[in-house]
Amino acid sequence: MSGFFKSSIGRKVAMALSAFFLMFFLIIHLAVNITSLFSEDVFNELSHFMGTNPLVQFGLQPVLIFGVVFHFLMGFVLEIRNKKANGVAYAKNNGAANSTWMSRNMIYSGLVILAFIVLHFIDFWFPEINTKYIQGDMSGMHDGGFRYFHELVEKFHNPLRVGAYVVAFILLGLHLAHGFTSAFQSMGLTAGRKKNMQTFGKLYSIIIPLGFIIIALVHHFNH
Amino acid sequence: MNLTLKIWRQKDSNAKGQMVDYKVTDISEHMSFLEMMDVLNEQLVNTGEEPVAFDHDCREGICGMCSMYINGEAHGPDRGVTTCQLHMRMFKDGDTITIEPFRAAAFPVIKDLVVDRMAFERIQHAGGYISVNTSGNTQDANSIPISKHAADEAMDAATCIGCGACVATCKNSSAMLFVGAKVSQYALLPQGQVEAADRVKNMVAQMDLEGFGNCTNTGACEIECPKGISLENIARMNRELMKANIS
Amino acid sequence: MALDSKVPKGPIKDKWTDYKNHIDLVNPANKRHIDIIVVGTGLAGGSAAATLAELGYNVKAFAYQDSPRRAHSIAAQGGINAAKNYQGDGDSTYRLFYDTVKGGDYRSREANVYRLAEVSANIIDQCVAQGVPFARDYGGLLDNRSFGGVLVSRTFYAKGQTGQQLLLGAYSAMNRQIARGKIEMFNRHEMLDVVKVDGKARGIITRNLITGEIERHSAHAVVIASGGYGNVYFLSTNAMGSNTTAAWKIHKKGAYFANPCYTQIHPTCIPRSGDYQSKLTLMSESLRNDGRIWVPKNMEDVIAIREGRKKPTDLSEEERDYYLERRYPAFGNLVPRDVASRAAKERCDAGYGVNATGEAVYLDFKSAITRYGKEQAKIHNITNASEEKIYELGQAIVEAKYGNLFQMYEKIVDENPYKTPMMIYPATHYTMGGVWVDYNLMTTIPGCYCIGEANFSDHGANRLGASALMQGLADGYFVLPYTIGDYLSDDIRTGKIPTDTKEFDEAEKEVKDRIDFFINNKGTKSVDYFHKKLGKVMWDKVGMARNEKGLKEAMSEIKAIREEFWKEVKVIGNANEMNPELEKAGRVADFLELGELFAKDALVREESCGGHFREESVELDGEQKGEAKRNDKDFAFVSAWEYKGEPADAVLHKEELEFKDIELKQRSYK
Repeated sequence: MSGFFKSSIGRKVAMALSAFFLMFFLIIHLAVNITSLFSEDVFNELSHFMGTNPLVQFGLQPVLIFGVVFHFLMGFVLEIRNKKANGVAYAKNNGAANSTWMSRNMIYSGLVILAFIVLHFIDFWFPEINTKYIQGDMSGMHDGGFRYFHELVEKFHNPLRVGAYVVAFILLGLHLAHGFTSAFQSMGLTAGRKKNMQTFGKLYSIIIPLGFIIIALVHHFNH
Repeated sequence: MNLTLKIWRQKDSNAKGQMVDYKVTDISEHMSFLEMMDVLNEQLVNTGEEPVAFDHDCREGICGMCSMYINGEAHGPDRGVTTCQLHMRMFKDGDTITIEPFRAAAFPVIKDLVVDRMAFERIQHAGGYISVNTSGNTQDANSIPISKHAADEAMDAATCIGCGACVATCKNSSAMLFVGAKVSQYALLPQGQVEAADRVKNMVAQMDLEGFGNCTNTGACEIECPKGISLENIARMNRELMKANIS
Repeated sequence: MALDSKVPKGPIKDKWTDYKNHIDLVNPANKRHIDIIVVGTGLAGGSAAATLAELGYNVKAFAYQDSPRRAHSIAAQGGINAAKNYQGDGDSTYRLFYDTVKGGDYRSREANVYRLAEVSANIIDQCVAQGVPFARDYGGLLDNRSFGGVLVSRTFYAKGQTGQQLLLGAYSAMNRQIARGKIEMFNRHEMLDVVKVDGKARGIITRNLITGEIERHSAHAVVIASGGYGNVYFLSTNAMGSNTTAAWKIHKKGAYFANPCYTQIHPTCIPRSGDYQSKLTLMSESLRNDGRIWVPKNMEDVIAIREGRKKPTDLSEEERDYYLERRYPAFGNLVPRDVASRAAKERCDAGYGVNATGEAVYLDFKSAITRYGKEQAKIHNITNASEEKIYELGQAIVEAKYGNLFQMYEKIVDENPYKTPMMIYPATHYTMGGVWVDYNLMTTIPGCYCIGEANFSDHGANRLGASALMQGLADGYFVLPYTIGDYLSDDIRTGKIPTDTKEFDEAEKEVKDRIDFFINNKGTKSVDYFHKKLGKVMWDKVGMARNEKGLKEAMSEIKAIREEFWKEVKVIGNANEMNPELEKAGRVADFLELGELFAKDALVREESCGGHFREESVELDGEQKGEAKRNDKDFAFVSAWEYKGEPADAVLHKEELEFKDIELKQRSYK
């Protein structure tokens, strides 16, 4: 099997597997965040659970971080190898004639998403780690109530940040628009249901980023 | 019609190439693209210039010899055709047409528009066959029934003409459509099952060794393939390789 | 030298088996010490190379293309015949043998044809085992279609790409041997001469088409499988690179060339559209099952159509001349290829051609579409169907049968053949003539073999559809690998053939001198100029109909073109690089010699048979009036020509043809 993951197809499969994991994670993440639109309490409860449950924190979180890092690193590795396979560049290349912009620019949408993740970590993850594990405050409380919802709302005050989020999520959508079906194709899983798969992929790549965008905008304009 | 041609000229594999402009006049819309190239070459011979070298042979879209990247697309702007089947009616009077060789690190230029596609050969040497003796003492052809569906699907994969348009088109210079088609043809038939695992492993290993890039599923190859080889063949190859590694 | 066909004695059905049982073989350990060169990697060469390598010989295979898989066998569309009798319709080895001899107008060698029919069934087994995806029926068994000129369904096919699939099969067998190191493959190499040592073929001189390097290759036997010479006409359905050089070089070194005048002109090709045309495209013969061929009855309509004032669809039934149905009521549009071609030429020569060049007739599917449409309307219980509806229903049926051909036509001609009749015209397609070989497929040079279309043996004066693929594979898989052993059994102690001998020196020098001539000649005209000029003479005077006057003119005109060629040919570029002009120059030089011998052979054969039609030899009265007249009394022989310098000086050797198992009859399609 180790030989398999060194082969070109093995790398594709690894890329697809990490993508599946990340796509699954996005659903969970959105599901939690979306509650913030309806109920402060539910959102706080869920956030506290996710932020303090040892299984999530010490089981899933490292896997997630590994998945993110792996997906990016492998993406770069493949991009570099593929560039090397190209040889001399064409003087004229009409890529639009046979493929989508999304499929040809995964590396760029990916880079924007990477930049976003850095921003996202600075916004939420580092303060969270700082509060919980450096300062040792596992209570999740602030001023007599759960702090999560307030932190969320506060972040979306700044229109620049909201703008950056919107742009990043649009690019995430584009990334997913190709990436979703691509991952299935890489796994060899398209037989006989390509059409449905594409429709589902389209819906997924619109709904997930749109959800996050709506959350950001609602909190920005409501508070 | 009158046309301006921007053509890649390169003396040999070691030389540095460049785009050179030519003019051709009185081109009939009924000409095939290669006949237009013939006109240019006749013109060059008559003026004592070296004609443009390009690969071609059957000129009916089946041998897979002709290549050329025309106006940014493998085999030009028409669909489901090779360059030899592309007709000048796809162009307009006064057009400028850019003509380049198929590009990929694994397809080095030999001269002008001629590229070396030996990498494809080596991939097929690695496993593109069923190990059966050509003695003729095989069992009767009808002793293994094969479902019409499987036979038709194998046939669809087998129509690949090995021209290399998939590689030339692919932004990653990936050969997976080609290899996928070859693997699929045999994987779909009972005769090919015996060696299926070794075949896919060996062919993929050779493909990687040749320096082709990695498929990112843009689907460009399927669109530009003159024979309409389906992306499904790549998925099947992926499955076959996983299967071969698990079992 | 007297011709000895070496046909074994005994009843025809036992000849091959008995012969195989008694010839000498080379033991497996000794095969390792024997080298064989195979020139050409189409169906014949590819299958031969693979089989010889598998038997244990060291094979060196040569192709001018960049892969063996690109040889022009790949372009064959229709199918491959085999006497399997899977349909239970009465097919048998004898029937296939009989059909082939009759189809060849009784000008082929009985014993060879019988052997071909005998091994045909094995070919299908072999190909299926190799993974060739032949068409199948819903029960999973192999499907058959029927083809022109026969009464049974024995044609196996893989869509409209049977040649491609069979070649890929042979190619895969080669790949296996290349991987094992038993075949050394030389792509982009062209054979430019054969080397004889002590009278035996012992090697070849090649040019590496990438570097221009001239190379010497030695072997204990040389197999030529380089295909036919149809490109002598410049325009043909052959590939651009198809050439006669390998066959012609061995001819010049002592191999007799047989029946060069037997050429098949295929009736259904897309017509020429202008002088720039580089090649012609075949439309499968199967189209004639449903298409009706016609030209306008009245000259005014012809002119109106040419000038664009009228469309073919404007003409009523009464204004059309369905000339095949008129002349051959029994077979109608399904007469054999040679008859259909000549009839089209007759109409066009009379001025009724329907395109600008005057060389096109209509192939009309309207009545088939309407017929199918009505049938469908009945099947689907549509009463009072409108004409459009019927047409739509019928079109779907025609599309299912011929869709890919219609699409190909539309891509080339830019007209929709469902709406307006196709235009077709005959084109050179296959050459039955070729290098003379005996029963062992050996030429008159010991150790030099010739297989596939390049030899002359199996199709007589006319080839039946779907038989070329059969012959190529039979020769390569099942005949040559046996017969060559008989010859090589004497060579087990010979050892490697050295290439540093004076024979190789001389052959190489000859090749180099000729290349130097081309490069240094201060000519004024391109190679294509001469090739086109030759092609025009061949087509006009040695084409579908020939006569004494025209043939004599052709001989002197070709000679004149040849002389001009050697003075005025201009080859740009250098010898030591990839140089397509140089390649063409060498090939055209050989065509210019072959063309003259071709005309000479046609001149000598004062009869009409198969693809060879002499205007002087026609039936003068009776029901067959105006039809081709064969002369079995004086011409039941193979013309084998010995090279003596100028083609006009070639010496004729006759191999008398004996027909013991088949009665000679005139073909009638009235």
